[in-house]
Amino acid sequence: MSAALHARGLAGLAAGLAKREFSSVELARHLLGRLEAAQPQLNAMISITTEAALAAAARADGTLAGGQAGPLTGLPIVHKDIFCTEGVRTSCGSRMLDNFVSPYDATVVAKLKAAGTVMLGKANMDEFAMGSSNETSWYGPVKNPWNTAMVPGGSSGGSAAVVAARLSPAATATDTGGSIRQPAALSGVTGLKPTYGRVSRYGMIAFASSLDQAGVIAASAEDCALLLGAMAGFDPRDSTSVDAPVPDYVAALALPAKGLRIGIVKEFFDKGLDAENERQLHAACAVFAKLGASLVDVSLPNVGLSVPTYYVVAPAECSSNLARFDGVRFGHRCANPQDLIDLYRRSRGEGFGAEVKRRIMTGTYVLSAGYYDAYYLKAQQVRQLISADFARAFERVDVLVGPTSPTPAFPLGAKTADPVTMYLNDIYTIGANLAGVPALSVPCGFVNDLPVGLQLIGPHFLEAKLLAAAHAFQQETDWHTRIPRDWP
Amino acid sequence: MNWETVIGLEIHAQLATKSKIFSGSATAYGAPPNAQANLVDLGYPGVLPVLNGEAVRMAVSFGLAVNARVAPRSVFARKNYFYPDLPKGYQISQYELPVVGKGTLEIVLEDGTRKCIGITRAHLEEDAGKSMHEGLAGASAIDLNRAGTPLIEIVSEPDMRSAKEAVAYMKKVHTLVRYLGICDGNMQEGSFRCDANVSVRPRGSDTFGTRAEIKNLNSFRFVEKAINFEVARQIDLLESGGKVVQETRLYDPDKGETRSMRSKEEANDYRYFPDPDLLPLEIDSAFLEAVRAALPELPDAKAARFAREYGLSEYDAGVLTASRELAAYYEDVVRRLGGEPKLAANWVTGDLAAFLNRDNLEIDASRVGAAQLAGLVGRIADQTISGKIAKDVFEAMWESGRDADTIIAEKGLRQITDTGAIERAIDEVMAKNPGQLAEYRAGKDKLFGFFVGQTMKATQGKANPAQLNELLKKKLAGP
Repeated sequence: MSAALHARGLAGLAAGLAKREFSSVELARHLLGRLEAAQPQLNAMISITTEAALAAAARADGTLAGGQAGPLTGLPIVHKDIFCTEGVRTSCGSRMLDNFVSPYDATVVAKLKAAGTVMLGKANMDEFAMGSSNETSWYGPVKNPWNTAMVPGGSSGGSAAVVAARLSPAATATDTGGSIRQPAALSGVTGLKPTYGRVSRYGMIAFASSLDQAGVIAASAEDCALLLGAMAGFDPRDSTSVDAPVPDYVAALALPAKGLRIGIVKEFFDKGLDAENERQLHAACAVFAKLGASLVDVSLPNVGLSVPTYYVVAPAECSSNLARFDGVRFGHRCANPQDLIDLYRRSRGEGFGAEVKRRIMTGTYVLSAGYYDAYYLKAQQVRQLISADFARAFERVDVLVGPTSPTPAFPLGAKTADPVTMYLNDIYTIGANLAGVPALSVPCGFVNDLPVGLQLIGPHFLEAKLLAAAHAFQQETDWHTRIPRDWP
Repeated sequence: MNWETVIGLEIHAQLATKSKIFSGSATAYGAPPNAQANLVDLGYPGVLPVLNGEAVRMAVSFGLAVNARVAPRSVFARKNYFYPDLPKGYQISQYELPVVGKGTLEIVLEDGTRKCIGITRAHLEEDAGKSMHEGLAGASAIDLNRAGTPLIEIVSEPDMRSAKEAVAYMKKVHTLVRYLGICDGNMQEGSFRCDANVSVRPRGSDTFGTRAEIKNLNSFRFVEKAINFEVARQIDLLESGGKVVQETRLYDPDKGETRSMRSKEEANDYRYFPDPDLLPLEIDSAFLEAVRAALPELPDAKAARFAREYGLSEYDAGVLTASRELAAYYEDVVRRLGGEPKLAANWVTGDLAAFLNRDNLEIDASRVGAAQLAGLVGRIADQTISGKIAKDVFEAMWESGRDADTIIAEKGLRQITDTGAIERAIDEVMAKNPGQLAEYRAGKDKLFGFFVGQTMKATQGKANPAQLNELLKKKLAGP
């Protein structure tokens, strides 16, 4: 087996499969071996589904041999453990669902399965996607492949780590306040959060329904484009998915960066931003300038209110979404419940971790009688203001740029004692969730041997434009091709 | 003190859709436990609700029928509370922005006066499942077949002043939803039930007393009894120097009393907020007009037309239009008769109603069909039989399922209108009762009735009564 096999992107692997350089089974076996080998150090996976993966790969080989293959047939993928997968444990990173084997596939999973992808397993994540460091997982923290003393970011830390260490060419992920982009930045990979409504949420375990969006983490914008095409589209089972045509994202990669109007978000270059990180961002902007894009300063005056707004809206929705985990029909149930209240108290008390409980309590508080207007209603009003800021900015520019995260990856345990410090990690990413606009993060350099990310934000449903801009950047730079030295 | 009762009702009507309000599961009653609960109804991780358009159409038709404003934009909200038969830990309902706004409904009181009852709002929501605790050796069982069944909750203004008014209003809503075909109205199966908000105040007061809410009343009789009990309880309490506390009470039909369930302090904080899984419900004028165009003739309009077209009393018109099926039956009888609307009305509201009631049958299951009843009424109209004989014929029809003509012919019940035959019968009676004849002729007029009875008996009741009277008078007077 070629040592470089795992270093290839999806497009390269698809070409190899088409030319019979290797089979899907060989590819799956190679990556499954890497996943198993990396597990003790990285803990990036919750489940590795070897048998099912090899069976799916064998079927894909049959399809390839029969000449029926599509662009994704036989390509391996890892699903974040927030997506329901039929017959496979779907834990959402929680003790609550440690015993939960989903009876159905999420729409995203079903679509990628129908496209012929081979699921290698389920990625580790912050519990119920609540976290920015992947330290809240019931299955233990994921380590950053660039430096295992560091966090990979979260909540899609497992998805980012497997792609960074080239254990899988791509992984699905979800983003409620930055959970795709921040780990992508901290792990040196490319991550796309599509427009709210672009990808079905059916079968994706809900954290904050009005903010959650499924997306993808891969090594390049090109690979993200390839996968997004298969994931996106209206789903009659998700009323918030939007019935808009799905463009050919791969074809759209050819859109030139020349003439692109890029807005540099003034508020994102604040005192919280690491100076070295900032230098890398300016260098990245220079690349766009060189490509013929015009750079202008843009202001999002209300975006500074993103974090407090988010930490009202998201916990409120989560407090309600997580009520169904009551020990009655599925998931963790305490031993020998004495009565109904005891069943609820202990099942939930034992099943949920500290961060999840904190957010349920916060959410319950902000929705309670007498506080609703002051918190939830006010937050929704601020959310409107933030959305309006983005809308105004996109009247002037095509794409907004800024940092994805204030700092590169931080040490495990460094921020776990102070939730607010942890929450501030998402200060640059949350705005896009509140406004529902698409955003992605691409690697744009290193600080102290740790990757940093450049965030690109676009108008609703213009993922194609974002991906094309990121692709143009990646044609000029090689940050996205770097692989951590421990995972050659 | 002189007390005034104030009542408002919250009626829950189960919408007659085939599938649930947010999932594709069937809503049919009586399936084995949990056979009609899919992953959405079970509240599985990751599943999402999708609104049933038919439920919306039904709610809108109700709104139009009570002349309410149908909201161009309404919002589904989550009502959060924990209970094992509430799988998601919240009920999807409508809170601040319901689909149906203010409307009115007119009721007729026993003395014939009319009263307008305000409808505050009507909103769409899902029903919960059922918990069962009995006969399970300390365990509880949950049946989620009903979870997700569509309901409209119809909230009235506190406009009713007696239990009777409350029942009249509830019956009116019951009639209306069945006319609209949006609810089967089956109260035993829980398809139509209500909560009653009851308070009392000194007559003349313009502020409301503290109210108690009586939950889950599922028969008209219980509504009346529960309210009357509650009113008496509150008055007793106030007159003995006590205070009514705001609370939720349950009616115990076995004991005929209401009992405290939970106080205001124990009440849940439902933490309502807009459901982010569902878009706001938008209703445009085209949809509204399509629903309006498809509305059936409503009870009040139908009753007015019956009174006008058929010359019926307001009361009879009201009775005949109490259900769409009964009204259709009546009109079918009249159409087949080509007239005689009053006679037909008497039969439908009289003997037919009595037999249906006796055998506990709905009009659709009547053992005498509209064509058959028209056949019978036709024979009264053309004087083939008397109204009295017709009662026996009707009973025979009911028991045998045969037509009036067959029974009349078979039993020889055809009315005797032949003067000669009636005269012969009179002659026989006079011959058999010389004593009475002599007394009559001596001035004892009261004996006329005796001779009528005897002659009717001699003709097995078939003599035409008017003819009989006339001939008898002549004969008895003597030659």
